Amino acid sequence: MATTEIQPASAAAPPAQGARRRWPRLAPYLFLAPAIVLFVLFLLLPIIYTVYLSLRRVQVSGLGLGPGARSEVWAGLDNYRDAVTDMELWRGALRVLLYGGILTPVMLGAALLFALLLDAQRVRARRFARISIFLPYAVPAVTATLMWGFLYLPAVSPFHYLLEELGLPQVDLLGRVSVFFSLANIAVWGGTGFNMIVIYTALRAIPAEIYESARIDGCSELRIALRIKIPMVMPALIMTTVFSVIATLQVFSEPTTLRPLTNSISSTWTPLMKIYRDAFARDDIYLAAATSVVIALITLVLSLGFLRLVQRRAFQDEQ
Amino acid sequence: MTTTTLPLTRQARTPSSDRPSRFLAGIGTAVLILGAVYCLLPVAWLLVASTKDGRELFNSFTFLPGTGLTENLRDLSSYRDGVYWRWVFNTVLYAGGGAFLSALVSAMAGYALAKFSFPGRQVIFNILLAGVLMPAVTLAIPQYLLLARVELTNTYWSVLLPSILSPYGIYLARIYTAAAVPDSVVEAARTDGASEFRIFLRVALPMMLPGVVTIFLFQFVAIWNNFLLPFIMISDDSRFPITVGLYTFLNQGADRPALYTLVITGALLSVLPLIALFLTLQRYWRVDLMAGAVKA
Repeated sequence: MATTEIQPASAAAPPAQGARRRWPRLAPYLFLAPAIVLFVLFLLLPIIYTVYLSLRRVQVSGLGLGPGARSEVWAGLDNYRDAVTDMELWRGALRVLLYGGILTPVMLGAALLFALLLDAQRVRARRFARISIFLPYAVPAVTATLMWGFLYLPAVSPFHYLLEELGLPQVDLLGRVSVFFSLANIAVWGGTGFNMIVIYTALRAIPAEIYESARIDGCSELRIALRIKIPMVMPALIMTTVFSVIATLQVFSEPTTLRPLTNSISSTWTPLMKIYRDAFARDDIYLAAATSVVIALITLVLSLGFLRLVQRRAFQDEQ
Repeated sequence: MTTTTLPLTRQARTPSSDRPSRFLAGIGTAVLILGAVYCLLPVAWLLVASTKDGRELFNSFTFLPGTGLTENLRDLSSYRDGVYWRWVFNTVLYAGGGAFLSALVSAMAGYALAKFSFPGRQVIFNILLAGVLMPAVTLAIPQYLLLARVELTNTYWSVLLPSILSPYGIYLARIYTAAAVPDSVVEAARTDGASEFRIFLRVALPMMLPGVVTIFLFQFVAIWNNFLLPFIMISDDSRFPITVGLYTFLNQGADRPALYTLVITGALLSVLPLIALFLTLQRYWRVDLMAGAVKA
């Protein structure tokens, strides 16, 4: 390395040596400083400020005109009471659960199936399939929703065309019920590939010797997949499930983007869409802040379960 | 791609090639190809649809190419003095700039956590990692409320700055550095009298590069995918990223169907470079690193 030329200089100057001994102690903190500053400014402070706002409200005196007529006062837990007693929030949560109930099993089932096929010996076209199925990961949710949205529109959709040609009755892909499936399909399309690769990676990490004895015992590939591979990738499956559930609770982009194409999605269709409406369309940032805290807490409880699961596995080797 | 680093422990095929298993493999191949077609179909549709003019879009068979591609490209480029190309520029700035800074910040933090032992190391790591618990989407509205307070909303900074911190990036940089940078090399550079910053930049960073590129790519996709943050932060359409811009087109399209062809052409143009980036940098999509916790 080019660093050798510095050696004589530092050896000749004792003060530099003293500085060097002090540096390593300070150095790690300096390396960490940008991350810590960003953490405080864009994670910690926003959370604290939101909790603060959730405890405030605007008080209007008189007719609410003129300067000083509107002032911010402490509201206690009023915003939280309003947030959790608004049934629209829970209806939204229910819709999201229904949507996730369709999405998660289908997406992870498909991801597991594809991963097992990628790992199977005699299956062909594996490289082509792996790249093609992972490709939608590179397409942002908004763009994915745009594409599928057009494919759902009767005037443009090949599905409607096919049904008509076959003389079958038309279905409304953007109806009040079908929109759950249509939205789930968009997320399945976008997310299967990533989860497939995660599970596939876990499959590749299983030592081949385990299969050997099973094969000698006359076990079929199908039995090996069911009895050995699936149990071995269970941790990966659990992790992808938890991730998928957390992502589902936050769903915003897909329904918001699909909204201009259908009347079946209200402005409060998901909890996050409701927060958005409260904050921006209704200008009630206090209620929005309280609702944010409620949603964040629910997410936190779910993620904590996830972290406990993961931390047991990671970093044991570094102690 | 993700498998190249693993030793080839997999056995060559077993000699007995019995008929039922060959039949099953055939079904397996068919299922994989079906999955691939399902994933490629919407992109193929986008490709075809972008060649149609406004009338053809609603009146010709879905997968029949139209005659309007050059016209669509011209319309898109000239719409509101080329606002689309501004969005392209903004997207590159947000996703490219944000991911670059994110990779750098993550690399520095990960290097410090992996190669130094100092008081508070585990606590700092745990606190930073706890950021995973607050997904970017949940944070967007709190970040908006705070930035509105200091009147920073509707600026480039309001999208760029919140996008830099990536708990996953730090986590990834730490495990990658621990594996890729030997302590002896760092020690040797120290004995040679190199400053800590120089060791990081000249010795450790080159060794960490594949991991850092992986962080860059994942963060690039994460920022490019984050619709909510720019959607609430930016009100001036000259600072929109492509996703928010296309959304506003779609939103107005209900009254002006002519915008639909612009949405489609714009979506195609924005997806193509990403797919190209994706295919050329395939070996860096190290999901096995992302899923590092799974394998243990």
